[in-house]
Amino acid sequence: MAKDVEIQILDDVTVRFAGDSGDGMQLTGAQFTNTTALAGNDLSTLPDYPAEIRAPAGTLYGVSGFQLHFSSSDIQTPGDSPDVLIAMNPAALKVNLKDLKPDATIIVNTSAFDSKNLRLAEYAVNPLDDDTLNGYNVIQVPLTDLTMKSLEELRLSNKEKERCKNFFALGLMFWLYNREVDATIEWIESKFKKDAVLVQANKNALYAGYYYGENTEIFSTRYHVEPAKLPAGTYRNIQGNEATALGLLTASLRAGIPLFLGSYPITPASEILHELSRHKDFGVKIFQAEDEIGAICAAIGASFAGSLGLTTTSGPGLSLKTEAIGLALMTELPLVIVDVQRGGPSTGLPTKTEQADLLQAMYARNGESPVVVLSANSPADCFFMAIEACRIAIKFMVPVILLTDGYIANGSEPLRLPEIDELPEIPVNFRTDPEGFYPYTRDENLARPWAIPGTKGLEHRIGGLEKKNIQGGISYDTDNHELMIHLRQEKVNKVAFDIPDLAVDGDSEGDLLVLGWGSTYGAIREAITHLRKKGYKVSQAHFQYLNPMPKNTGEVLSKFKNILVPELNLGQCATLLRNQFLIPVIQFNKVQGLPFKVIELENKIIEILGVPNGK
Amino acid sequence: MENNNVITPPDSIGTRVEQPVKYTAKDFSSGLEVRWCPGCGDYSILAQVQRTAPEINVPKENMVWVSGIGCSSRFPYYMDTFGFHGIHGRAAAIASGVKIANPKLSVWVATGDGDLLSIGGNHFIHACRRNMDLKIMLFNNRIYGLTKGQYSPTSEKGKKTKSSPHGSIDFPFKPVSVALASGATFVARSMDRDPKHLQAMMARAAEHKGTAMIEIYQNCNIFNDGAFLHLTEKELKDENVVYLEHGKPLLYGHNKNKGIRLNGLTPELVDLSKGEFSVSDLWVHDEHDINPARAFILSQFIEMEHFPTPLGIFSQIQKSTYDADVEEQIAEVQKTKGIGNLKKLLYSGNTWKIE
Repeated sequence: MAKDVEIQILDDVTVRFAGDSGDGMQLTGAQFTNTTALAGNDLSTLPDYPAEIRAPAGTLYGVSGFQLHFSSSDIQTPGDSPDVLIAMNPAALKVNLKDLKPDATIIVNTSAFDSKNLRLAEYAVNPLDDDTLNGYNVIQVPLTDLTMKSLEELRLSNKEKERCKNFFALGLMFWLYNREVDATIEWIESKFKKDAVLVQANKNALYAGYYYGENTEIFSTRYHVEPAKLPAGTYRNIQGNEATALGLLTASLRAGIPLFLGSYPITPASEILHELSRHKDFGVKIFQAEDEIGAICAAIGASFAGSLGLTTTSGPGLSLKTEAIGLALMTELPLVIVDVQRGGPSTGLPTKTEQADLLQAMYARNGESPVVVLSANSPADCFFMAIEACRIAIKFMVPVILLTDGYIANGSEPLRLPEIDELPEIPVNFRTDPEGFYPYTRDENLARPWAIPGTKGLEHRIGGLEKKNIQGGISYDTDNHELMIHLRQEKVNKVAFDIPDLAVDGDSEGDLLVLGWGSTYGAIREAITHLRKKGYKVSQAHFQYLNPMPKNTGEVLSKFKNILVPELNLGQCATLLRNQFLIPVIQFNKVQGLPFKVIELENKIIEILGVPNGK
Repeated sequence: MENNNVITPPDSIGTRVEQPVKYTAKDFSSGLEVRWCPGCGDYSILAQVQRTAPEINVPKENMVWVSGIGCSSRFPYYMDTFGFHGIHGRAAAIASGVKIANPKLSVWVATGDGDLLSIGGNHFIHACRRNMDLKIMLFNNRIYGLTKGQYSPTSEKGKKTKSSPHGSIDFPFKPVSVALASGATFVARSMDRDPKHLQAMMARAAEHKGTAMIEIYQNCNIFNDGAFLHLTEKELKDENVVYLEHGKPLLYGHNKNKGIRLNGLTPELVDLSKGEFSVSDLWVHDEHDINPARAFILSQFIEMEHFPTPLGIFSQIQKSTYDADVEEQIAEVQKTKGIGNLKKLLYSGNTWKIE
C-alpha cells in the first residue's frame, strides 16, 4: 500500500546527475530531459563530461555530469546551482558538492562508498560519516545493491546487472518528480530490442527505483512542476549541434540545391557530421575528408559545382581552414563554415566551452579578407542561424562563418517547430544565359553570378589570383586590385541592410545596456530578469550578426551611459565595438571553460549600478 | 499546386549533352596569352591536352580543370573549359568536391611535384585510396620553378639548388610508387617531349573510371634544364627508355637487343645478343595485373643502376569509384527509407503541443 506523501508544487528545479564516465549519466539525463519535455516544462540542459572516453572508474577526473533545469516558466540557462544532486560514487559527490545550493538535496549511492572508491576520491574519512554534508538534505540509497537485487532472477552477469543502476536512479527521480515512465519504457524496448533480457533488466531497474520511492519511508514529499506557458505550437527538445545540422539541411531544401558537407571529426562539432550523415534519404552528400583542409576545399569544389558547400569544425580546425576561406572569398562562392568553439588556444580544453574564436573568425586570414560572421544564442537558435548563414552565403556569394560553442552545441532546450512556410525563402539563380556572361559582373547586392560546370557556353576560370573586375581574367593591375578589395568589402557591408536591426529589450536608453553575443544570451537574460524584479533598470541587446553588425548598432550604443559586454574570452567583442564605434565599453570576462553563471552577471551589473535605479 | 510542407530533395545538377560534339584543338584554347617561360615543357603538355581533348567525347562545358599552385597550376586558365585555380596542394581536394557534387563532370587536375607530393601529399594519397574519379596530370620537373629553384620532393638526393647549396639530403619520392601504394587504379608515365605517347596516355586516362595519375616528365629549362635529357635525346633514348605495352615483353635498346626478365621478385637486365636469353625469357607486361607487386617493381627502376626508365601504363585495374558509390548509397537509402521529407524529419522524435 502506498504511503501518504505530500505533493509540493515548485516553479523551478535544477537537477544534476553525476557518476563515472561509464555510468551512463548522459543517457540518464537525456531520458529525464525527454520525459520532462513531454510533461510540458520549459527546460535547458548542460552535459559536462571529461575529455577521456572512459577514464578509470572512481577517479575525480573521470566524473561525468548532466545538468537539467526545468520550470513552469520561461527559462534560458541550465541553472547556476543544482537543487538536487544524484551522486553515483564518492568522486561524483566530491566534484559536484561545491556547485550545489546550500540546502540542496543529495541522493547518494551508498553502495559505491567503499574504501576503494573513497580512496580514489581522495576522501580520508567517509563524508557520509562526518560533517561534510551538514546542511544538505542527504538521502542515502544503496542504489547498486537494490538494482542487483531487482535483477536477481535474470540471467545476466553481475557486471551487466550493475550497469542497470542508472535506470534505478532514473526511476527514483521519476517518482520524486511525479513523472510518467512510459517514454523511457518505450525507449528501452526500442534500444535493446535485440536482447529481451536487457529490456527486462532495464525495465525492472527503472520500476524498482520508482517503487522504492513509492514504498519506503525515506521520501515524504514528491514534487510537481507545472507545464510552462510557452507560445503555442509543437515543440521538441533539441541539442545545439542537432539543431545546426537540421538547419543546414532545411536551408538546402529551401534553396533547392543539394547539400555537400566536407568535414573532419573534431570535438565538439562531430555531432553535426553524425546527424547529417543519417539523412542520405535527402540526397545529402557527406565527405569525411582526410583533414580539415581537405574538408573545406572539397566543400569549395562542391560549391563551385552548384551544391550548398558546408564545413563544420571547432577552433583548431578553423585555424587549418584559414587559407581556404580566403580562396572561397576570393572566388566569391557561397560557403558556410560552422565553428563550434571550444577552450583554446591550441588543443586547449576540447570538451569545454569558450567564445574565443571571434577574432579568428573575423580576421585570421591573409590580406583584406572580410567574411560574414554570425553566432547562435542558444541550442534552438542554432537551427535558425544555420538557415540564416546559408541564406546570406547564397544571396551574397560569400563565405559565412557561424559561431556556436560547446555549451549550446551539447546543451538542449525546446525548439518550437516552425511551419515550413514560416522559413525564409532562399532563391538560387544559377546563371544559364551565355549572352553577356562574365564571371565578375555583379547584381544589386554586388554578388557575382553562380555559373556552374555543365552549363553550355559559360566555361570560365576562377581562382585565388586577383581577377580583373567584370571580365575575370588574371590581373596584376594595381588599381584593379584596390577596386576588387573595395568591392569585396562593400559586398559584406551590404549584408547589414539584409539583416534585422539590433533589438533592445527594455528601455532604449538609460544607465546600462548589457550587450552580449552568442551563447551568453540565456544567462544575461535571466540575470536581467532577476534584477528587474529587484528594481534595477537594465536593458539588453544581443548580437547574432557580428560582421557586419546591424546597421543601427552605433545608434543603440549611443543611448546608454554604460555598456557592459560579458564574454567568455578576454574581450574580443569589446575590441570590435571600441574599434568600430570609438566608445568605452565595460568588459566582463571569464575564461574557465564554463558558461557564465546568472549570479555572476547579476553581481557585475549591481557593481556597476549600485543601488536599484528603477522607479 | 505543390504541397508546401513536403519539401523533397532536389535532383542532381549539371547535364551532359547526349549527341557527340565535334571539337578541334582550338576549341579548347581559352585564348589567354600563355605565360610560361619560353622553352618550358608545359607548352607541349598543353598542346597535347588540347589535341587529345576533342577525342575524349566530353562536351567541354562538362570538363573541369582544377589546379593548385605552381607553374603547372596555371594550366586551367589556358583551357576553354570550366577551371578552378586553387591554393597550394589542395587541387585533389577541390576536385574531389567537384566530382562528388556532380559525377557527370569529367574532372582533371593539373599539378606539379611540389604541389601534389609535398604540400598536397595527403590529399593525393587519399584521393587515390578512395579511387575518386579524377584524372591527375603530374608535371614532374623535379624542381620548384615558380619560387625560383629549390629542390622538390622528387629531386634526386645530392641535388644542388638555392636551398641546398651543399646538396639535398632528402631521399626523393617516386610518384608512381606513391600512387600505386595509395591505391590509384590507373598509373602511367609519359614525357613532354614525346607528344604521341603523351596523347595516348591522356586518352587512356580519360577512358578510365577511377583515380588516374599520369606522371609527366617535364623539362624546366630555367632551373633544372636537361633533367630528362637521357630519356629524350635521340641517341640516348633507346638505351634508357623501356616502353610498357600490355602483353608485350620488356624489350629496349637501339637494336631491341636488351630486355628485362623477372627472377622471382628480382628484375634482371639481360642482353639478348649473347644467346643466353631469348625474348621468350623476358618479363611480359600485364597492365591489368590485380597484384600491384610487379607494377611496384617497375616503379623502382628509376633508382636502379643501369635500368631503363619505363614509360607507359604501369597499372590499370577496375574498382568502384567513390563518387559512384556516393550516388549508389543515396539511391539505396532512398529506396528503403523513401525520399526524405523535411516536415516529417523536423517533427520526428518526441514532440509535444502547447495550445
